[in-house]
Amino acid sequence: MPPPTEIAVVGGGGPLARARVSPWGDRAWGLGVSVLGASILVVAGLILAELSGVSVVAWRKLGLLPFLFGTDWDPVQDRFGALPFIYGTVVTSLIAILVAVPVSVGLALFLSEMGPKPLKRPVGFAIEVLAAIPSVIFGLWGLFVMVPWLRGTVEPALQVAFGFLPLFQGPTIGLGYLAAGLILAVMILPTIASVTLEVLKTVPLPLKEGALALGATRWEAIRMSVLPYARPGIVGAALLGLGRALGETMAVTMVIGNSPEIHASLFAPGYSLPAVIANEFAEATGDVHIGALAALGLVLFGITVLLNALAQLLIRAVNRGMPRRAA
Amino acid sequence: MRSLGWRRFVNRFWTVASAAGVVAALVPLASLLWLVVSHGAAGLSLGFFTNLPAPVGETGGGVGNGILGTLLLVALASVIALPVGIGAGVFLAEKGNGRAGDVIRFVTEVLSGVPSIVIGIVAYGLVVAPMKRFSALAGGFALALLMVPTLARSTEEFVRLVPGALREASLALGVPKWKTSLLVILRTAAGGIITAVLLAVARAAGETAPLLFTALNNQYWNFRADQPTASLTVQIFNYAISPYEDWHNKAWTAALVLLLLVGLLNLLARLLSRNRMEGAR
Repeated sequence: MPPPTEIAVVGGGGPLARARVSPWGDRAWGLGVSVLGASILVVAGLILAELSGVSVVAWRKLGLLPFLFGTDWDPVQDRFGALPFIYGTVVTSLIAILVAVPVSVGLALFLSEMGPKPLKRPVGFAIEVLAAIPSVIFGLWGLFVMVPWLRGTVEPALQVAFGFLPLFQGPTIGLGYLAAGLILAVMILPTIASVTLEVLKTVPLPLKEGALALGATRWEAIRMSVLPYARPGIVGAALLGLGRALGETMAVTMVIGNSPEIHASLFAPGYSLPAVIANEFAEATGDVHIGALAALGLVLFGITVLLNALAQLLIRAVNRGMPRRAA
Repeated sequence: MRSLGWRRFVNRFWTVASAAGVVAALVPLASLLWLVVSHGAAGLSLGFFTNLPAPVGETGGGVGNGILGTLLLVALASVIALPVGIGAGVFLAEKGNGRAGDVIRFVTEVLSGVPSIVIGIVAYGLVVAPMKRFSALAGGFALALLMVPTLARSTEEFVRLVPGALREASLALGVPKWKTSLLVILRTAAGGIITAVLLAVARAAGETAPLLFTALNNQYWNFRADQPTASLTVQIFNYAISPYEDWHNKAWTAALVLLLLVGLLNLLARLLSRNRMEGAR
């Protein structure tokens, strides 16, 4: 046991006084705070342990590969194949990324590099508002506003223009992969835009000024000095957005059509990993059904953790100002 | 070298293209806000806040139990999440400069990206399965798991904003470290931490997915933590996917109420953080 902390107090010409301060307060505080810090690790461990624990029945009974690559999902007959959900999740997230990345990078560039300065605050505020809207409200809007619009206007037009592609064939119902992908695009847009804005802030000014001084137009300065520097960070932003898209539940559940099949057409109704968990978990009968749903959750958890870890590493690399080759 | 005219044209083209990005982002937002307000306002009445849901076809009825349920869930979640989240944030700020801090910070970042539906399964396994029933406690626990990483991250940020001279001054006066942390550092950062708490609560209040199979739903008033409870968000979901026109209108009105609640919390957070900033100047 270390000796108690001693603090010397010098009196006005009087004898040296010593105040003893008990070390226990500091120790308790340090320990308490450390325990709470470590609890983050406990939470992470709990999540992994519970997902594995609840899903272990399914892995044992169904087997890894037949479960992941099975295309038949019929809980009544105890047949569980995850592929339609994985497919739906991948397709809708891809649509979301393809739409949201250009829009949000454009938005970020306009706000930070090209547009008039007075726009920056109000548009930034609007993006924050968009980020704060609960997903069930996006679903409501998607179901009653976007889906009818897709059914009546967008999908028939796409069919006329690109109907020769299998992607745009079949009946235009409105509910389906395209609707889910587009609503996801709207929802992940604030994430990608705000992270991209942060990344753009870290671009050293001399890089841009140098290009401008050499006579480059604004766009040329962006293309030749800003974007190459910020690229890993923008990729990280896109990955963060992708992670959000993969796990987004309510809005997708409400507009994807909830049909456990695989269709080539984007107009067709499908299903996604989070959506099937949301719809079936509460009424799941039997351990295998619950286990299979938890197994889908574990797959989702694994993918999102990997994506997030990768995104964090990329964004950190840019923020630390690691030297990058100007490709 | 291309001609200047061409390069200017390209420059203008990309300026317009990036402005189109702004428009593409704002149009859905404007449409959503406008429709929630215009569709939702028609159904607003005092009864909507105080009554139980009415069966299909009957007029009147409200989402009173849903509002109460959301408040109950958020309160339970806060009780669990605030000490852990804020404590972890303080740890990261004060002792998080070593290797352990790096690891915990990274895990926190990654956890904040875990889908809420997955957290729902965890709460199901940890609370619902052992208790053998759906309950408000399970829902609150799920929301708490979602709040902890966000709280930890923002608490760390705000604690790190406190000037080091304050800590040094306190220590130089002979105040023990723990008292310095608690009474000087945390008190200085309190405004920021309250902002972070409000934002986390706003996010939790808008969550639906993890409640579907933890708190479930309830047709009646519920004041108990060990019983299933209604919530505003699950109510909106159920009304929206029902086949009844009447319920769709209620979904819009409930969405307006939820939006107002979330908006109010965000506004409060914003005002608080602005005051704090101005006070510091």
